[in-house]
Order: sequence, then structure tokens, then C-alpha cells
Amino acid sequence: MILKKISALTVMAIVVLLISCKKDPDTAKTVEIDILQKKEVIKDTLPKQPKPLKIYSNDTVAVKAYDYAGLKYFLKQKNDTTYVINFWATWCVPCVAELPNFEKINANYKKNKVKVILVSLDMAKMIDTRLLPFIKEKQIKSEVLLLRDPDADSWISKVDSTWSGAIPATLIYNADMRKFYEKSFTYDELEKEVSNFK
Amino acid sequence: MKKIQFLALFIMLGALASFTVNPPAGGYKVGDTATDFNLKNVDGKMVSLKDIKNAKGFIVVFTCNHCPYAQAYEDRIVALNNKYKALGYPVVAINPNNPEKEKADSFAKMQERAKEKKFSFPYLLDEGQKIFPQYGATKTPHVYVLQKTAKGNVVKYIGAIDDNYEDAKAVKQKYVENAVDALLKNKDVTVKETKAIGCSIKA
Repeated sequence: MILKKISALTVMAIVVLLISCKKDPDTAKTVEIDILQKKEVIKDTLPKQPKPLKIYSNDTVAVKAYDYAGLKYFLKQKNDTTYVINFWATWCVPCVAELPNFEKINANYKKNKVKVILVSLDMAKMIDTRLLPFIKEKQIKSEVLLLRDPDADSWISKVDSTWSGAIPATLIYNADMRKFYEKSFTYDELEKEVSNFK
Repeated sequence: MKKIQFLALFIMLGALASFTVNPPAGGYKVGDTATDFNLKNVDGKMVSLKDIKNAKGFIVVFTCNHCPYAQAYEDRIVALNNKYKALGYPVVAINPNNPEKEKADSFAKMQERAKEKKFSFPYLLDEGQKIFPQYGATKTPHVYVLQKTAKGNVVKYIGAIDDNYEDAKAVKQKYVENAVDALLKNKDVTVKETKAIGCSIKA
């Protein structure tokens, strides 16, 4: 009697298990379709800023990470602002040395519609240990984005055909002009270049 | 489509090259003959390409101690030498940085690093920073695959080691290996030039 009950229970358990196994892929599919449709809706209605791959943050700073497909939005904006895009990393000594000059331009030329964006090429493992603490410690005011796209050959030439891939490197552009520099800048040099973008 | 564009570009480049008399600015292009050198190795001996016997060519890597990109590739550079030295394409690494500008790249620090990472290949200091500008290296790491021919060491590939600096396991294209494999089979190198992020050379 007891045995029979147990075996009946086992059969039931197996049946339940089977059903739940069968159901899973179906629900998964529906979820997938939902996400796909939602994504398309987002694409259609919001052609503005792309969605970051990830946002890295600690208690005080947050940095949006993009692959090149996402980042290129920030390299091709067409409005009345002049954008100064600096490619850098916390471990790159000449980059860190010239960073205050970019910060100064960002502060001094805000009213002249100049915006500095610092694109960090720090590696994934350095974001929490180096990049976020650096931004906090140096009180970086310019917008910092992270480019996380390790297949560099696929995008270096798209940023500029003359770029060898060495950093620091800077792109200055507005709706009418575009210039790329694989070099370090003093404040005066940078100011002179920016003032040419009028 | 891409291949056709590439071919067209090549024909154009070829046409341009045949009109140029002076050596091209900005270092070597694929097809140029690379200079030999005589630089001090971490073991204290001087090394020249011509002294490396039984070589069919060389994997010349401009690299250094301090650069995180170079560090990310150290194990892969060792692996390249382990695989290709026996096949006739040894690695020759050159530190192009001026140690006065970058203390971490001093000769003593190079010796330490080579020992630590068990470099199985020469790791040379470009003393006076005279060799890297001739090659046109702009950053570390920056690779030149050379093939030994009757007219000298001909540049066959310039660029990155592979397509993922962050994760060796996620690599899809092993550019340097593909180039050397092609040369070993007497075939044309398909991807002749790539770009990579790197630390600018401190001369």
C-alpha cells in the first residue's frame, strides 16, 4: 500500500517535471520575442543617445561603457557645439599629464558651446581599481565615457584614417569641421586649435 | 566586395609606390626592405638579425615593460616564439622607449622583466631610439613580420598580434600567426596591415 503510494507519487513527480521541462523553452521564446520587439520600439522612437553596454559606478562616480557602434554617436553629433574628444587611459602617462588642459578648456569654453568628452581606453579589469577612483580623486568635470571594444582594428581607422592607434589622441569636430591629432597638447595649443572651430 | 576594394587599393598603392623615389615617410610599408640593427640584448650581448642563423624571417615586436597593452601581450609573445622559432620565424623584441623618459623601461628593468616573464627571445634596447623611427613604429606593442629574401628582410605584415587585447581566449583573428603560417606555405599574407591601441613610444 505504502509502496504503491510512493510509486504513484514518483510518477506524478516525473510527469510534473516533464511538463515543466517542456514548458520552459516556450516561455523563454516568448520572453526573447518580447525583448526583441521592445528593442525595435526603442530604436524607432529614440534615435538619441545610444544605450550603454554597461554603467560602471561606485558611490560617487558613474561611467557609461560603449562599444564602437555605440560610441560613434558621440563622434558625429551635428549641432551648434564643438566637441573635443580625447582618447586616454589612466595608465597612459602623457594622457594623464595633458588631462588638466582638457578640463580647463571644458570649463573656460562652456559658454562658447565647446564640450570635452574624455574617452577612456582603460581595460575592464582597471575600471573599478583605477578609472573610477581616478575620476573621483582628480574631480574630473568633463564627461568620461569608456570604450570597451577590444577588436581595435575594427574601429581605429573609423575614428580617423590617419590614427595609428597610439594614445593620447584627440578629435575635434563640429557640424562643419573635423580634425584629428595623434599628439599631446599644452593648454595654449589646444586653445588655439579649438578657437579655429568657429 | 571588401576584397575587391582591398585589391583596388593595393593596385593604387602599387601605382603610387612606383612613382615615389624617396623612402616613404612614416616608416615601412608592406613590401619595403627593413633595416638590420645591432642592439644590446638583456644578456649583455649585441644582436643583429644577420647573426640569427637558420631563420627564414623574423617576428620583430616593438614592446616595453611599462605599457599595460604590452603587458597584456607578453605571454602571447612568448607563445609566438615558442611556436615559430623552430619553424624559422623567431621573435626579436625591441624596447623603443627612452629610459630617461620612462624609468620603468630602463635596461635594468628590461632584464628584470625578461627574467620574470621567462622571455625565450632577445629583448633589445633601441639605444638612442634610432631603429623604431626607421620601422615607423608608433606604439607598443607594434609588430613587423619580416621575410628573409635575397634582397634583404622584406616587410610582410605590420600591426597587431591579434584582435583582442583584453582576453587571449576571446581572440578570433591571430594576425601574426596567420601571416607567418602563410609565409611558411609560400603563400601571400591576406591581412597585411592592422591597427591596434598602444602606448605611444617615448623617444
